[in-house]
Amino acid sequence: MVVQNIAFWILAVAMAGAAIGVVRSQNVVHAALYLVVVLAGAAAQYILLAAEFVAWVQVLIYIGAVVILFLFGIMLTRAPMRGDTDLDNDQRWPAAVVSIFLLGVIVTLVVDAFGADEVKINNSLLPVGKTATIGSSIFRNFVLPFEVVSMLLLASLVGAVVIARRD
Amino acid sequence: MQLNQFLILAAFLFCTGVYGVLARRNGVLVLMSVELMLNAVNINLIAFSAFGRHVAGEVFALFAITIAAAEVGVGLAIVLLIYRNLHSANLDQIDRLKG
Repeated sequence: MVVQNIAFWILAVAMAGAAIGVVRSQNVVHAALYLVVVLAGAAAQYILLAAEFVAWVQVLIYIGAVVILFLFGIMLTRAPMRGDTDLDNDQRWPAAVVSIFLLGVIVTLVVDAFGADEVKINNSLLPVGKTATIGSSIFRNFVLPFEVVSMLLLASLVGAVVIARRD
Repeated sequence: MQLNQFLILAAFLFCTGVYGVLARRNGVLVLMSVELMLNAVNINLIAFSAFGRHVAGEVFALFAITIAAAEVGVGLAIVLLIYRNLHSANLDQIDRLKG
């Protein structure tokens, strides 16, 4: 338990720092690479919670596909990479006030609601995150959302092509 | 481990994402901040799944990951279209409807 806590806090500090880097970096490519740190940290947290299948899906889809898409987007929009132009607008302080207020509200609520609850990491957690369990749950209980998601992916594929093509 | 520590980490990531959406003007960076918020939600789902010993949270996290990937595809296509029309990906230049 102690080892898992230490691992959690190391990962949490790295993720928090990298998340600040994503929103504060003045270099677009650096922001994308900070995002990789956050996503990999989230995958490691999933492993800590014994959700191995979701962790590897996170690595494959987020780090493998989404970040590559972002890098393509940065390349195709010729985003400024030298840090000479301002990437932020002039709402920095109102945005900081709003997000700190929101953080205060959420943390107060969460501590009030789940203050004493503990996640027990032991052998009884292992069957929950197993790929076989997730697979049978998707195809038994969640088969309709699964089909809807596949239609949504098809629609977004067609939509992205239609939006981005040159006429 | 406390359930709280995951929820507070997720809350921090979510609020960082909110700050990024509000304070960034480059469209690609706004989409990256949206990804931060979606990831925070996924951490919550997985934490509650482990807390309640039920697999539904992980299935919903998978759905959220899929939808996030679709959202990035369409979002980057829109940013690309904005760049092609305005020669800049800055979202505060899209003000043609302003009176």
